[in-house]
Amino acid sequence: MRQQKIIVVGNGMVGHKFIDNLIQHPDYAQYHILTFSEEPRLAYDRVKLSSYFSGSTVDDLMLTSEDYYDEHGVQFIVNDKVINIDKAAKQITTASGRVESYDKLVLATGSFPFVPPIPGKDNPHCLVYRTIEDLEAITASAQESKVGVVVGGGLLGLECANALHELKLEAHVVEFAPRLMAVQLDEGGGNVLSRKIQDLGVSVHCEKNTKEIVAGETLRYRMNFADGSHLETDMIVFSAGIRPQDELARQFDLTIGERGGIVIDDNCLTSDPDIYAVGECALWQNRIFGLVAPGYTMAKAAVSHLTGGDVLFQGADMSTKLKLLGVDVASIGDAHAQSPGALTYTYMNDVEGIYKRIVVNPEKTQLLGAVLIGDTEAYGNLLTMTLEKMALPEQPEVLILPALDGAESAALGVNALPDSAQICSCHDVSKGDLICAIQDGATDLGSLKSCSKAGTGCGGCTAMVGQVLNAELEKMGVEVNDNLCSHFAYSRQELFDIIRSKQIKTFDALLAEYGEGKGCMVCKPAVGSILATYWNEYVLSDDHIQLQDTNDIFLANMQRDGTYSVVPRIAAGEITPKQLIALGEIGEKYDLYTKITGGQRIDFFGAQLHELPPIWDELIAAGFETGHAYGKSLRTVKSCVGSTWCRFGMLDSVTMAVNLEMRYKGLRSPHKLKMGVSGCTRECAEAQGKDIGIIATDKGWNLYVCGNGGMKPRHADLFASDLDDATLIQYIDRILMFYCRTADRLQRTSVWMDNMEGGLAYLKSVIIDDKLEIGAELEKDMARVVDTYECEWKKTLNSPERLKRFAHFINSPATDDRLAYEADRGQSKARIATVAEEDMIATVSVD
Amino acid sequence: MQQYNWTTVCQLDDIAPNTGVCALFDEQQVAIFRVGRTEQVYAVDNFDPFGKANVLSRGLIGDCEGDIVVASPLYKQQFVLKNGACIEDESVKLKTFPIRAYRGEIQLGLAS
Repeated sequence: MRQQKIIVVGNGMVGHKFIDNLIQHPDYAQYHILTFSEEPRLAYDRVKLSSYFSGSTVDDLMLTSEDYYDEHGVQFIVNDKVINIDKAAKQITTASGRVESYDKLVLATGSFPFVPPIPGKDNPHCLVYRTIEDLEAITASAQESKVGVVVGGGLLGLECANALHELKLEAHVVEFAPRLMAVQLDEGGGNVLSRKIQDLGVSVHCEKNTKEIVAGETLRYRMNFADGSHLETDMIVFSAGIRPQDELARQFDLTIGERGGIVIDDNCLTSDPDIYAVGECALWQNRIFGLVAPGYTMAKAAVSHLTGGDVLFQGADMSTKLKLLGVDVASIGDAHAQSPGALTYTYMNDVEGIYKRIVVNPEKTQLLGAVLIGDTEAYGNLLTMTLEKMALPEQPEVLILPALDGAESAALGVNALPDSAQICSCHDVSKGDLICAIQDGATDLGSLKSCSKAGTGCGGCTAMVGQVLNAELEKMGVEVNDNLCSHFAYSRQELFDIIRSKQIKTFDALLAEYGEGKGCMVCKPAVGSILATYWNEYVLSDDHIQLQDTNDIFLANMQRDGTYSVVPRIAAGEITPKQLIALGEIGEKYDLYTKITGGQRIDFFGAQLHELPPIWDELIAAGFETGHAYGKSLRTVKSCVGSTWCRFGMLDSVTMAVNLEMRYKGLRSPHKLKMGVSGCTRECAEAQGKDIGIIATDKGWNLYVCGNGGMKPRHADLFASDLDDATLIQYIDRILMFYCRTADRLQRTSVWMDNMEGGLAYLKSVIIDDKLEIGAELEKDMARVVDTYECEWKKTLNSPERLKRFAHFINSPATDDRLAYEADRGQSKARIATVAEEDMIATVSVD
Repeated sequence: MQQYNWTTVCQLDDIAPNTGVCALFDEQQVAIFRVGRTEQVYAVDNFDPFGKANVLSRGLIGDCEGDIVVASPLYKQQFVLKNGACIEDESVKLKTFPIRAYRGEIQLGLAS
């Protein structure tokens, strides 16, 4: 069968979603997709555009890649614009003269920023805020400006004001309406938001109609307002709403709405049966949907219609929840109480800047809408109650009153929700979808999120996803049990708290009071790790040696044949020629297979047990210390050469990496830890793939957390920007110790983060805002680890009792006769025995 | 009753509590384990039949439903020390050796 050719005009978020949905469709083989973008790159996340100013790169924002499209046979052309549609011939022509035929055409042309017709609007430094190129222009302009004004106090306008604020400009917002976010918020909510934003240093000017932009007296421009007042500024960004990009459709006679927008039906078809329109360019029942979630739903409906399915677009809920300049804001349904007879309840807390209002029907049986400022925790519940028309509690106000001590929270449990309830609006995941995924085996939060995509958009629903998971597991009869093992009826975190609060120093003491039996290979190393994190005692002492797993017990990494590898610390990968020579001599002397590791150090393989002490004797004499390659602990801090040598380096990344490695070396943690420090955004140290990643900027250090390479790569999250050295170390101290306290056993920071209720925002609130008031304690615990560091190998070499263990036989100087080596590429290498040899040397008695 | 000729291979104190050592005995590699700070000791073959290396004496000791077990340091299969039975695969069983702690010495026995 001939493939149907689908041309997608516009590769924005919704255009890409359409393509991705079609790729995922079982009948994808029947289609060939060609997509055009007038921008120089493929789809990126416009919703997170403002994060570009807080350190995210273009790569961070990308939603797809050339590789992904190539892999799925999607043809793409960037920097070219479709300028002609021949509906009869089913052909398009681009600005560069390219002609392509289509079977079906999809218009996903998006919108453009509306700039009010104010005289002076076209001056230099008068900009808009929509594309990455716009951001670059704003950044450039900011460098020559001190004061910036955003015209428009809507959602995007406030984000833009945030950007100006982060660019260190004196930021102002000028709004035509009497309050901010007039579409989403009522008067009370708008006022609270204004106040909070002004507190953060952004000036708000409402009810201002800009008449003209003229040359300024003290600054570059002066904005004259209709009421006779004025405001001086160096730059202006217009964010006064969007208009559908319907120019093409208009020119080529598709039906257009009175005020713009390409008219579509429930299948997202335009007036031409072979042309779809989706996203912000489309007009459905006289409405434009300026949010991404409805656009995604349109993409889904269009793909469904194309492939013979029956999913329709039937409007979308425009409720939103977001953080603006650090202020939580949410609006649900009929926020303005415009429904006939609607009643409202308001809770206002001026002290903490919290405003909550709910709108209910005259019978007080149904929730119609809500506005939340300062505290949006109830958003998920309220949204679901509104959309699902769920019965209200007898006193609806309990929904917004704070839960006082001792009182049960009034929020309804997830069990009350029907399966059709939408939990994640970004990815349109219902409670039923989650239940299916859980029943199919996604029984922890991390895997549930990754397979259902719920909670991976704005993240606002993560807590609810967790509640659905727990409720469902309980129903399935799975005991929600995070006991460490059969010997301890406590989770790792609980055991850590017990050891800390009861000041317990040994496994035996813990087992006697809080456990049973003798322990096992699960609880022993886990408790050993906790004790080592908290007390930092010698891991091979009589009390602790029994807890040490395969590698820790001999302070080396056991290889497949029972020999060990040896890794001395080479902090930040910095090494003198003399030390290199010493390593070379030791490797040669003991005939060790030698390899450079991924962490910028040197690994010796093939050391037998009895060789470990003499090897370390020589390493220590040459100035080395243990590298903890065997421990669940800090491994390496990878670095680039930074400003010391590199032409592009912003800061001295090597010194920072050395300092970090020397500070955290020896810290035992739930799993291994890797760090990286890059001297500039070229990121040669690959810091964003590390548990802790640091990148120098021209203003300080950007801190990234919870990245991972390995089996499941995870890009690290930007945690804080432009930090000085002291703050950087303070944050890392707190983050690492908080991880050590709260992670599960053998849980890398990436999985820890994925499973954390509240995610990155929660971690920030604990570390930066010290919400749990444990910051000082975490720092103190870390200081103890740093202060009590000692090289475990040095200590072991001074302990004759321990050295006895480093022999293959306790009663003979003989060595293991089973080890076999062969030379390869000039080195000795472990040889794997052949099957025939196995038979010959089998010493196993099998019943 | 079975009679043994006992040979001392090391001192009880040579074995740190809840750890193991390997002894060369009768041309065989024998893994010897000591439970806690007691005189309770066990001896099994040092060869790990899964990982195919002489390493079991370096494993971690624990209990599994009441039985004292050692977990292989390579791939973590567990073996019951009193009879050599493998918890994960009942077709596999380690050879065990007669052993005793006698006047502070660890002795392995050969049937006489």
